[in-house]
Amino acid sequence: MTPPSPESAALAHLIGFGRELRRRGLAVGTGRIVTFCRAAACLGALDREDLYWAARAALISRPEDVEAFDAAFREWFGGGMRIVLRVPPEVADEAEAAVRAAAAGEEGLELEEGRVLAREWHEPGEGDEAEGEAAIRIVASASEVLRSKSFADLTEEERERVARLIRRLAVQVPIRRSRRLRPSPGGSRFDVKRTLRRSLRTQGEPFHRAWRARGTRARPLVLLLDISGSMAPYSRALVQFGYAAMAAGRRVEVFCFGTRLTRVTRVLRTRDPDRAIHEIGRRVADWEGGTRIGESLKALLDGWSQRAALRGSVVVICSDGLERGEPDLLRSQMAKLRRLAHRIVWVNPLKGSPRYQPLARGMAAALPSIDVFLPGHNLESLEELSRALAG
Amino acid sequence: MGNLPFASVEELQRALERERYLADRGLATAIYLAVSLDKPLLLEGEAGVGKTEVAKVLARLLDRELIRLQCYEGIDASQALYEWNYSKQLIAVRAMQDVTAEAHVEDLFGPSFLVERPLLAAIRAGSRAVLLVDELDRADDEFEAFLLEILSEFAVTIPEIGRVAAEEPPVVVVTSNRTRELHDALKRRCLYHWIDHPALEREVEIVRARAPEVPEALARDVAAAVNRLRTFDIAKRPGVAETIDWANALAFLGAERLDAETARATLGAVLKDHEDQQLAAAHLSEVLEGDPAEP
Repeated sequence: MTPPSPESAALAHLIGFGRELRRRGLAVGTGRIVTFCRAAACLGALDREDLYWAARAALISRPEDVEAFDAAFREWFGGGMRIVLRVPPEVADEAEAAVRAAAAGEEGLELEEGRVLAREWHEPGEGDEAEGEAAIRIVASASEVLRSKSFADLTEEERERVARLIRRLAVQVPIRRSRRLRPSPGGSRFDVKRTLRRSLRTQGEPFHRAWRARGTRARPLVLLLDISGSMAPYSRALVQFGYAAMAAGRRVEVFCFGTRLTRVTRVLRTRDPDRAIHEIGRRVADWEGGTRIGESLKALLDGWSQRAALRGSVVVICSDGLERGEPDLLRSQMAKLRRLAHRIVWVNPLKGSPRYQPLARGMAAALPSIDVFLPGHNLESLEELSRALAG
Repeated sequence: MGNLPFASVEELQRALERERYLADRGLATAIYLAVSLDKPLLLEGEAGVGKTEVAKVLARLLDRELIRLQCYEGIDASQALYEWNYSKQLIAVRAMQDVTAEAHVEDLFGPSFLVERPLLAAIRAGSRAVLLVDELDRADDEFEAFLLEILSEFAVTIPEIGRVAAEEPPVVVVTSNRTRELHDALKRRCLYHWIDHPALEREVEIVRARAPEVPEALARDVAAAVNRLRTFDIAKRPGVAETIDWANALAFLGAERLDAETARATLGAVLKDHEDQQLAAAHLSEVLEGDPAEP
C-alpha cells in the first residue's frame, strides 16, 4: 500500500480501539468495528464527545459494559484533551477491508467472539476428557457411598468425582403453558388458515377442520448460590449443580452471593466447568466471606428483576440461612420475590442433619415465603432437588 | 446518506427540541447515526423514560408515517407480517362453486384477500415510514429470529404474490424494557442506546416542554420529589411519563406548589403499586423535604 495517509492513520486508530475493547473481553466483532468506522466517517469532523457517543452506540449494547468501555475509551483516546479526527466518507468503504485484513494477521484466530472463547476454554479440557471417563468407571462402584456422604466430609479426590457426577445430573427444566398457538389435532381453537388450505383439496368444502392449542415453554430457572464461609464445603458442589442446570435448559440465570451479589451466568456458559469455577472464584471477591442474604436479594430484585426474568421463574436459593444482616430486610425481600417468582425452593445443607430446626433468625424470616425446603448436603439430595424443579 | 435533513447532531438536537422532545447528546448522536447509516436503533431503558416517544417524534420530524408493531408473547408472522383473509376466502370459495374456471383459485390469493400487517406495511412504505418495533423483549426467541431476517433484507416473498421489497429501508426503532436479554445477532445489527432517567434539571425542562400549563415552581417540586422517590426501595420506579402525569394532575387541581396534602391526594398519578404508595405516604416528609425554596 501507499505510505500511510493521515486518514488511514486515523482509521487504524479507530480500528485499534475496537480491537482493544475485544482484548478487554467485550464482545466486539468485526461487524461492529466496521459500523463504528462508518459512524465516525458519517459524523465527519469529530470532537471527543461525538466520538464517544458514536463508539458507544456502535460497539457495545449492554449497560453493564459501559464502565469497562469508558475506561478503555479514556485510555485509548487520552484524557481531557480534545481530539479532532477527520475521516472522509470515502474512507468508510476501505474500513471493512482494512478491518478484515487486520484480523487476518491474527494467525487464523476467529473473530466471532464466542468461538474464540470456546476455543480457549476447550483446549485445556481436551486432555482430561479420557481421564474423566476413566474416573467415572472407577467411581461407579463407590458412587453409592458417595451419594449419601455429606459434601463437607469429602476428601479432595472424592469431591472431584462427585463434581463429575453432579454434572451428569439430569436437571429438569420447569415448564409453563405458552401463549403461542401450535397446530394440534386435539386443540381447542379453530385454525381457519389450515382449514382453508385443506378445504381446497375437497372442492372448497371445509371438510377436514384443523385446530390449534397453546404449547409449553421452559420457565426461567434462577439459581442463587451462597458462597460464604459457612457454606464453603457445599458451594463448589452447588456451582457444579448450577452448571448442570445451565446445560439442561436455555433460560437459566446463576448468581453467587456472600456479602455481595455477583451474576455468573456468562461464566458458566463455557464448555469447561472447572475453568469456569476457577474463573468465578477470581471474579467473586467475597468467596467465603460473611452472608448478607437480605441485601443480596435486594440487589437481585432492584437490579435484575427485569433482566433476569424473575417473573414466573423458579428460584432456587442454596444457603444455610445464617444471616448476618437484618432479618427484617430478608423477610421483606423474600416476600417481594415470592410475588414475582412462580415458586421458591430453598436448599439448606444443614437440613441434612436430623436434629436440624430452622430456628436461625434468617431462616425463620425466610421460611414463610418458601414453597419447597430441601436439604442439599449430598448428591442424593441434589437429585431430589432436580426432581423438585420439574413440578 | 441523504436520509436526514440535518447537517449535524446539534441541529438534530435542536429540531427534536422544537418537537418538544429533549434528547441528550448521546441519544441525539445515536439517532443521527442510525438514520444516516440506515441501521435500526435499539433503545433500552426502564419503563417511562421515553423510548417509544423517540419513534413518534422522529416520524413527525421527518414527516413520515409511523408504523407501529407492538410485540407481545406469542406474536408470530401472521400477526406481524401478513395474513390471508380466511373468512373472506371461505365465502368466496362457496360463491364460486358453480364457476369452474381454474383462474378463480388464483383470485383467492390475490391482493384483495391479503391482510397487511405492520411489517409488510413498513416494507411497502420503505423510506416513507418510521417503523417502531415496540417492546421486543415481550416476544419470544422465534419471533426475534424472524424479525432479524426481515430487518436484514427488508424484503419478503409471499408465495402466491411474489417478492415485495423496500426500495429504501424505513427508519427502524426497536425498544426493549429488558425483561430478557435480546439475542446478540440482533444487537449486532443495531445501534444501541440506553436511556437513563434524566437529571433533575433536564427533567424540569421536559415537564415544562410537555406540559406548558404547569407552573415552573410546581414542575420543579414534582421533578425533585420524583427524583427522591426513585431512590426509595420501591417496586416500580416512576419514569418521566409519571412525572408529567403527576405535574398535570396537580396543575389540573390548581396546585401552585407540591405540599403534603396535595401530594398524598395525587400519589396515584406517580406510583401505581399499592405497597409503593403506602411506603411513600409513610415517608412523605422525606419525599418532599430538601426543597430550598420552601418558605
